[in-house]
Amino acid sequence: MSQQGYVATPPYSQPQPGIGLSPPHYGHYGDPSHTASPTGMMKPAGPLGPTATGAILPPGPPPPGPHQFGQNGAHATGHPPQRFSGPPPVNNVASSYAPYQPSAQSSYPTPMSTSSVTQLGSQLSAMQINSYGSGMAPPSQGPPGPQSATSFQTPPRPPQPSILQPGSQVLPPPPTKLNGPGASPLPPPMYRPDGLAGPPPPNAQYQLPPLPGQTLGAGYPPQQEANSGPQMAGTQLSYPGGFPGGPAQMAGPPQPQKKLDLDSIPSPIQVIENDRASRGGQVYATNTRGQIPPLVTTDCIIQDQGNASPRFIRCTTYCFPCTSDMAKQAQIPLAAVIKPFATIPSNETPLYLVNHGESGPVRCNRCKAYMCPFMQFIEGGRRYQCGFCNCVNDVPPFYFQHLDHIGRRLDHYEKPELSLGSYEYVATLDYCRKNKPPNPPAFIFMIDVSYSNIKNGLVKLICEELKTVLEKLPKEEQEEMSAIRVGFITYNKVLHFFNVKSNLAQPQMMVVTDVGEVFVPLLDGFLVNYQESQSVIHNLLDQIPDMFADSNENETVFAPVIQAGMEALKAADCPGKLFIFHSSLPTAEAPGKLKNRDDKKLVNTDKEKMHLDSQQFLNDLRNDIEKKIGFDAIMRVRTSTGFRATDFFGGILMNNTTDVEMAAIDCDKAVTVEFKHDDKLSEDSGALIQCAVLYTTISGQRRLRIHNLGLNCSSQLADLYKSCETDALINFFAKSAFKAVLHQPLKVIREILVNQTAHMLACYRKNCASPSAASQLILPDSMKVLPVYMNCLLKNCVLLSRPEISTDERAFQRQLVMTMGVADSQLFFYPQLLPIHTLDVKSTTLPAAVRCSESRLSEGGIFLLANGLHMFLWLGVSSPPELIQGIFNVPSFAHINTDTTLLPEVGNPYSQQLRMIMGIIQQKRPYSMKLTLVKQREQPEMVFRQFLVEDKGLYGGSSYVDFLCCVHKEICQLLN
Amino acid sequence: MATYLEFIQQNEERDGVRFSWNVWPSSRLEATRMVVPLACLLTPLKERPDLPPVQYEPVLCSRPTCKAVLNPLCQVDYRAKLWACNFCFQRNQFPPAYGGISEVNQPAELMPQFSTIEYMVQRGAQSPLIFLYVVDTCLEEDDLQALKESLQMSLSLLPPDALVGLITFGRMVQVHELSCEGISKSYVFRGTKDLTAKQIQDMLGLTKPATPMQQARPAQPQEHPSVSSRFLQPVHKIDMNLTDLLGELQRDPWPVTQGKRPLRSTGVALSIAVGLLEGTFPNTGARIMLFTGGPPTQGPGMVVGDELKIPIRSWHDIEKDNARFMKKATKHYEMLANRTAANGHCIDIYACALDQTGLLEMKCCANLTGGYMVMGDSFNTSLFKQTFQRIFTKDFNGDFRMAFGATLDVKTSRELKIAGAIGPCVSLNVKGPCVSENELGVGGTSQWKICGLDPTSTLGIYFEVVNQHNAPIPQGGRGAIQFVTRYQHSSTQRRIRVTTIARNWADAQTQLRHIEAAFDQEAAAVLMARLGVFRAESEEGPDVLRWLDRQLIRLCQKFGQYNKEDPASFRLSDSFSLYPQFMFHLRRSPFLQVFNNSPDESSYYRHHFARQDLTQSLIMIQPILYSYSFHGPPEPVLLDSSSILADRILLMDTFFQIVIYLGETIAQWRKAGYQDMPEYENFKHLLQAPLDDAQEILQARFPMPRYINTEHGGSQARFLLSKVNPSQTHNNHYAWGQETGAPILTDDVSLQVFMDHLKKLAVSSAC
Repeated sequence: MSQQGYVATPPYSQPQPGIGLSPPHYGHYGDPSHTASPTGMMKPAGPLGPTATGAILPPGPPPPGPHQFGQNGAHATGHPPQRFSGPPPVNNVASSYAPYQPSAQSSYPTPMSTSSVTQLGSQLSAMQINSYGSGMAPPSQGPPGPQSATSFQTPPRPPQPSILQPGSQVLPPPPTKLNGPGASPLPPPMYRPDGLAGPPPPNAQYQLPPLPGQTLGAGYPPQQEANSGPQMAGTQLSYPGGFPGGPAQMAGPPQPQKKLDLDSIPSPIQVIENDRASRGGQVYATNTRGQIPPLVTTDCIIQDQGNASPRFIRCTTYCFPCTSDMAKQAQIPLAAVIKPFATIPSNETPLYLVNHGESGPVRCNRCKAYMCPFMQFIEGGRRYQCGFCNCVNDVPPFYFQHLDHIGRRLDHYEKPELSLGSYEYVATLDYCRKNKPPNPPAFIFMIDVSYSNIKNGLVKLICEELKTVLEKLPKEEQEEMSAIRVGFITYNKVLHFFNVKSNLAQPQMMVVTDVGEVFVPLLDGFLVNYQESQSVIHNLLDQIPDMFADSNENETVFAPVIQAGMEALKAADCPGKLFIFHSSLPTAEAPGKLKNRDDKKLVNTDKEKMHLDSQQFLNDLRNDIEKKIGFDAIMRVRTSTGFRATDFFGGILMNNTTDVEMAAIDCDKAVTVEFKHDDKLSEDSGALIQCAVLYTTISGQRRLRIHNLGLNCSSQLADLYKSCETDALINFFAKSAFKAVLHQPLKVIREILVNQTAHMLACYRKNCASPSAASQLILPDSMKVLPVYMNCLLKNCVLLSRPEISTDERAFQRQLVMTMGVADSQLFFYPQLLPIHTLDVKSTTLPAAVRCSESRLSEGGIFLLANGLHMFLWLGVSSPPELIQGIFNVPSFAHINTDTTLLPEVGNPYSQQLRMIMGIIQQKRPYSMKLTLVKQREQPEMVFRQFLVEDKGLYGGSSYVDFLCCVHKEICQLLN
Repeated sequence: MATYLEFIQQNEERDGVRFSWNVWPSSRLEATRMVVPLACLLTPLKERPDLPPVQYEPVLCSRPTCKAVLNPLCQVDYRAKLWACNFCFQRNQFPPAYGGISEVNQPAELMPQFSTIEYMVQRGAQSPLIFLYVVDTCLEEDDLQALKESLQMSLSLLPPDALVGLITFGRMVQVHELSCEGISKSYVFRGTKDLTAKQIQDMLGLTKPATPMQQARPAQPQEHPSVSSRFLQPVHKIDMNLTDLLGELQRDPWPVTQGKRPLRSTGVALSIAVGLLEGTFPNTGARIMLFTGGPPTQGPGMVVGDELKIPIRSWHDIEKDNARFMKKATKHYEMLANRTAANGHCIDIYACALDQTGLLEMKCCANLTGGYMVMGDSFNTSLFKQTFQRIFTKDFNGDFRMAFGATLDVKTSRELKIAGAIGPCVSLNVKGPCVSENELGVGGTSQWKICGLDPTSTLGIYFEVVNQHNAPIPQGGRGAIQFVTRYQHSSTQRRIRVTTIARNWADAQTQLRHIEAAFDQEAAAVLMARLGVFRAESEEGPDVLRWLDRQLIRLCQKFGQYNKEDPASFRLSDSFSLYPQFMFHLRRSPFLQVFNNSPDESSYYRHHFARQDLTQSLIMIQPILYSYSFHGPPEPVLLDSSSILADRILLMDTFFQIVIYLGETIAQWRKAGYQDMPEYENFKHLLQAPLDDAQEILQARFPMPRYINTEHGGSQARFLLSKVNPSQTHNNHYAWGQETGAPILTDDVSLQVFMDHLKKLAVSSAC
């Protein structure tokens, strides 16, 4: 229990006294040391930012932007770096704490005494804050505790108010609530600042510095008061971000607090950095069941020693609850995100291919699971017991092998299927459709040749590009040329198929006008080997733009195009992929006709141009054509007894409840699988998962790819919480929410997400955390950043319906996320923001990321933001001229042309470094990101701001701080 | 009676008309007792090298319901410049242009020798002829190659300014765009989906967009330059292009698995061809030429499924109502044929395959539109190649022997009404006072449309005498009929040919001999045969035969001379003497007997029978047999087994087949090689003579007959043996072993038996 990191706000404390203090304690981890002196803790100001460790790494949390420091200022100076995890001291805390709290008030005094008067003041203020908090949650002022922390200051410092004010304005919504309630209780302090509760907090913060606790990071100031220090037991994972204060702050006090809070509340950046620091660059061997892998953001070398690499499977938790009751209690989704064709870095071993010839893979007779390390050989090797269904099977004669003294087959290390988590089988004819070996797959290129596409040159661009790209069709390593066949269709209101048979002097065009019932007009000559028909194909690609040059057809069809592609593949009896180059709403009379839904104003505007970024498009096209891909895939997820896969999310088709069908699946696509109990699980045998994907390779070979993963089981909730993976959780939540979008109102979906978040945390609080004041927000260490990520998800345009957001954009993002793996969804929901002005041109490492909040930007800085789809280079108005010169090769900020989507290649270390960084970021991502240059205080900045996900959303959606308050409130309600 | 023979012959040569009766019974009652109806065979465009068209338009009777054309039979008042219509007796002013008319200055149409005259119409835009090739690509490689060559060759035979188009079909139907440079382009249609003309035109982009483009962009200034030009181009412009296109034509690329027929979308292909022309060139001379190498196997108009193990329907299946697709398919093609006819276009069917190709279902396409039907074993035969080439032959003027979009308008004097027509035509449903309520053939109208016709196209036209018995026609009164044929000449000119004929009335009670003497038994036989064949299309075969028999018996009873109940006393006059024999052979002909013929073959034979002129029709009914021997010059001999002698060479012409048959001895001689010995040169000449004669027939005949060279005992001798009268069979022993002929192994009755029965029945008072 001690382990949990959480934040505790002094609930009751609201009343002011001590409680205020409580807020900060987040990380009550159980730092034993601290336990010793509860009170003492205060000093440490446990608030400690991030984890205890964090404390050590003061630098971690960069000092907040200039603004912040206003408040912190003082503190900062004092203890700039400290994000105090310092507080750890508190650890035992939780438990210990609880008791204290009640008495807190009393206790405080003491501490205060130790500290300075100011502190007292601060505390007082804190109290008030609490009140604010309460404001937020009217009923129980208590919970807001955290806020209280922030609030403190108010009284003391006049200056701050000013600061506050701005802040307050920023956070209008929360304040309102706060004010109301909060105000009433603590009229005196609060008011001061201004109507808004906000003001007070600042003061408090300020004060902190002086405090002993100050060690805390600047950010924390609030917490100090709380001195949560003591409370923070959070030894374990404790993460720094004690935000105890956090929530509270947000609530009431507008910005100022926010800023302050930002540092105090759990920081994704910190979490990522910590994991990187502790596990990055190391070898991660998958030899232990239930082992929690490094975060997706951490680079390491993965060694398959019996469980599938986390690159292939990542789970929301690595320890399943033993019973369904437990699972229901915790409400933590039990899910795995499976990316069966994930790219393996070159320094890791590629999958072995097992070929049992005609006899095919060895499988359990009952459950049909494939031979894997979970099979237990018995009776001298003559039989084996299936790890999934426990059936005892005879070992087929050809497969027999003696066992060694520990009951392991002598060939254990010679057979991948006995010793590895992931491997492939060559499939026999039994695994092929109609028992015939599959034909090699086909790519069909379908080009919209309507008027506008011809006029704007897109068709020419595509045709030119295809000539190059087709040279790079994917092929098996040992093959000379790709087995993939290609075909071409152009279309506007009607479809044009092309015969590009190699023996033709000229391609032949066949027009199909029956769009109501499309069919394939030719077979022979439509799908051809590129190398053989190269000259005819080039001839065709040369002619296409001219052929339609005089066409004035501006209507297009779409559904028939897909149908045509499908029919063509069907007719050729092969798997394949359609590349449809479509760029207009299909308004022609045909099935799937659409009416103009969105605002027509976009047409012919700059925004439209933006969409036609040819470089990005071409990169994506190349990438898409060249990437590894499997066709005609069927995935089956088998589990050991006691639980089973119940729901699947992704770009998939399910004709029954178990078989996941995918016409094609490439290295970037992931399927998320949810599990439910159907019986008890045992701690001994654990929970085993085998994912088998039957597919056709690019050369037309039928294969099985097997991934095995063993998870732990426990009857202790704490174990469950300990083993959670927040990134995977978010992936799951995103997909389940995005799937629900189709049949549930958005509002309901958002509520469910918030409720479940609160529920998970409340359950933890109730069952795992050491007792503490109810007003404390306590987060399990493994879910420290769940609220911030969840808030990002809630703010995604798919879950918001705003007229400003185009339907297509929402549909696109929805589709995209449904197939994302964990790494992609992590970046997508919480973009990477890099301060470029801090580049060390001599180092090749990326600069440390900063949190996605406007407060982290500075006028004198240049920041690079990337989320996997977009990349922004934000230029502060006072960006260093040498940087501007270096990167853009222009003399000043004013000379920078923001219309470009490419950085000039300047022979300057800044330029080289920046482009290299962009390259590194891009390299790991499936889609090429379009670069947008944004100057501070220019209009386009608005677009950029949407990606500062810790701030309040442009189209609605609360700020991180507000959301944390909200969740806290919910938790409190649940606990009551 | 030689005079009547001459009269008939003269009339035929001058007017292209042969009447069953050349003196007409003057009352309705008497006319019906004549058994053979008053009818004629009309060859509307009979070649008249001596008849140049006049360069003006005909003068019409001003009565709106009459509009007969001024003709030599009209009474003319030269002084008053008036003429009286001989059909309705309306008095008409001559038009101003005829101001100078007088007894000595008559316009041609008033001269008796111009009972047939042709006018040339000057007005109206002339549009080029159109040839739309509809080509099956589900052929064997060499068949396709031969067809491609024939088609390429035909381009050089077409009128240079004619428009030509190409549709190919197999599993899909492709309409080829001919105008494009570079990349060849075609519009493809699913072979299983029938489309309306409107849909086809929409899909081919032939309809102008309803809304002229969006406002967003400047409207295209130029008009669509004749949208249809993409698919139909003047031959001279694209013959190179089209030659290449045909050269590159591949067999249908869709795989045909073992045990399956190729999927052939003939029904949709035709539908598209019809739809294409319907929208773009209505009422213009156009030929849709369908070349097919097998039965339609999918989509509307399918005749048989693609499972080879299920054979195409036979007569047996049809009788047992076992032909699954027949009715639906027939309906499809009839619908197409009617639309095509309405547009004035015609459809030719060139079907070359060893098995049936669905002519039974498709026949109406050719029958109703005046198109050709050609049936052969392969496109790689001279039968097809030469037949196809012959379509493009020219007449003495250098004009193509084809005409288009004709309407035949028939006018009668008031004692007569029109009962109907049988021939390559459709009714135009023009009712009028001269239309009878009793239909014979296609009736209920006085006008018919003949979309495609040539100088031999012949219609049977049937009349009814309506004059009542108690309203005698004045002595010397004549009945008159006028045929007005308006058509598009192959030179694209519009022309009108007018034939006006008159015949004497006679009272059948007092002047039966006159009527009898003026009976044209050849014409009557053909006209009755046409009626029989027409009935056979809709009735059971035996019923038709019974009907024919009854008519024959009644005729014999009426015109025979006999003592009651004494068959031996039965005699027929010369003008009737051959008629029973024609009927005998007609009963055995493939037009009425389906035994040993496939439904397609029957359809094919009947198609030709219903359009050929009298001479050819008679050959079809009763084939001609010539005998060659050392005993004298070649002579026609009886179509009888007794004519098959060992030392004779026989040449039989059935119209569809030319058979040369060497008698047993001749065959042995030839085998021994006597013809190569100088001393037996006469034998060589004897062998050569029938070959030369056959060649002569082959040269003139359309379609090319099947040419069979066989000998005694040869398997192909069956063609001869099945035609001759089986006077000697295995049943009548007296003939055995005699050198008087060859016995035929058949149970069919011989002519002798037939006649015996006929006499018996005719003299019997029972009927």
